[in-house]
Amino acid sequence: MVISDKLDAFFTEKMKEYPTKRGFLVPMLIYTQDELGYLSDEAIAHLAKKTELTELEVRNVISYYSLLHTKPMGKYHVQVCTNISCMLRGGEEILDHCQSKLGIGHKQTTADGTFSLEEVECIGACSWAPALQVNYDFHENLTNEKVDAILEQYRKRTRQ
Amino acid sequence: MADLVSHHDEVKIVSSRFGKGAADIETYLKLNGYKAVQKALTMSSDDIINEVKASNLRGRGGAGFPTGMKWSFVPKDTAKAKYILVNGDESEPGTCKDRPILEQDPHAVIEGVIIAGLAVGAKVGFVYIRGEYRYLVDIMRKAIADAYAKGYLGKNIFGSGKDFDVRWHTGAGAYEVGEESALMESLEGKRGIPRIRPPFPAVVGLWGGPTVINNVETLASVPHIILMGGQKFADYGPPKNGGTRLFALSGHINKPGVYELPLGYPLKKMIYDVGGGIPKGRKLKAVVPGGSSTFILTGEEAEQMNMDFDSFAKRGEFLGSGGVVVLDDTTCMVKFALRIMKFYQHESCGWCIPCREGTDWLKKTLTRFHNGGGLRKDIDNIKYLAQNMLGRTFCPLGDAAAIPTMSIVDKWRSEFEAHLEGRPCPFDPAAKITELPVVGAH
Repeated sequence: MVISDKLDAFFTEKMKEYPTKRGFLVPMLIYTQDELGYLSDEAIAHLAKKTELTELEVRNVISYYSLLHTKPMGKYHVQVCTNISCMLRGGEEILDHCQSKLGIGHKQTTADGTFSLEEVECIGACSWAPALQVNYDFHENLTNEKVDAILEQYRKRTRQ
Repeated sequence: MADLVSHHDEVKIVSSRFGKGAADIETYLKLNGYKAVQKALTMSSDDIINEVKASNLRGRGGAGFPTGMKWSFVPKDTAKAKYILVNGDESEPGTCKDRPILEQDPHAVIEGVIIAGLAVGAKVGFVYIRGEYRYLVDIMRKAIADAYAKGYLGKNIFGSGKDFDVRWHTGAGAYEVGEESALMESLEGKRGIPRIRPPFPAVVGLWGGPTVINNVETLASVPHIILMGGQKFADYGPPKNGGTRLFALSGHINKPGVYELPLGYPLKKMIYDVGGGIPKGRKLKAVVPGGSSTFILTGEEAEQMNMDFDSFAKRGEFLGSGGVVVLDDTTCMVKFALRIMKFYQHESCGWCIPCREGTDWLKKTLTRFHNGGGLRKDIDNIKYLAQNMLGRTFCPLGDAAAIPTMSIVDKWRSEFEAHLEGRPCPFDPAAKITELPVVGAH
């Protein structure tokens, strides 16, 4: 099985809540990505079969959504918001700092695969700006020092 | 977890359970939880709709459409399954007010969905939460499971003989899916391409069935309206603008945060009193009143405005989503216009040509302009391009890109002129000249 039996069973159960087989497709794609790190060809083929769609139809959906990736990302995907509320409070400087700290640019991954970086649009942290997300975790009211501590905390996790 | 704030002018209705642990069902029950739905079960569907109409509740997502009226458009006699769809795809830049609701009071949203279902005769509701808000999806999943365990959802809810199911759903990153018809496409497992209307979702929505689509905050207001009575809620705001709403203050402001204030609250007071004014004693330059899709106000205009739908409608403008972004006098409006356009260009789905091409040309022109390569004729051309997107697309994304751009050109033309002929940005002369990566639309 491409994805774990547990995840597959969860999908089978949730799909019953929708009148069509493809209803739960977008969540299935993102939960599959969470498990595998990205949407591999095998995963796409599996989900296409499960939803009775063609692989092309599934790829069509994937290409629309900005959180979905068909290539491996870093273990920790650092997403820095530079939209208006964050920009006004230094979001661009936070992005610059992440770039120099990690030595990578927009949509790039570190050589060891630990971190990837992306400049993203509004993540809904406007009143707590500037902000970033590492995978799904929010980090808010940032300063360069806070960013250093956050990155270090994730780096430590990989060492453990 | 989002930090909570407080101010003595706040009227806490939707936010009344914030900070009290109401995501836990037992705590929620102690705080009048699930009382409203039990009351609604004793009311006729017309009574529920009339109570919501009396409250003057208007859509909190940004469009401000009267909620009771929206519900009344759903046909009563139809063999098709009807649906309630909660729009939790909050992604309008500057807007972060649904986040504390989903985090602090998810059961209020569930209650709102059930009550909406009773009002229109739907038996299923979907709660769609944006992909980036995964921790809120998890909170909602638990809240729904707890409500099922108590018998508040499923078969024979509260022993009423009525059935109602609530499903959770998550997106995967797309601003446009916050638009109601694109939201339905996404929930059906497709690309979030808008649908042409009419027919409107109230008649032909999810899987062809009549569908009510309401914002998270709108539905979270409904249980309070049922319990306190529509008229009482209405009385908090000016005529036809019922109640309170959550305003998310951000940008150049001392006390950013999400505050619940009565509609019609003076914007000047919101900035200087509630928000604690502008840092470093700087001057107010501009205000984005309700997310990046709204007409941008100059500081002078902002100080005269009251924050209700009709005060803005009178000017031909929009109150928007409750996302109030404050800009001080160090902000370059050309750069601000560029950042907004970069967003819309990224988010345009490419379905309608005026939006796909318009946002791309505008981004390129504004990039060149901000980098010192602006020509005088570009200034009018920027406005011309924006005007030609307006009203020419299936969904409001094209309008949303055009509106702030037009208002910035109209109100800050001198700043565009200051960038002309290779001059560096007057606000950041040392700004590095960079070519933004040309990223295709989705």
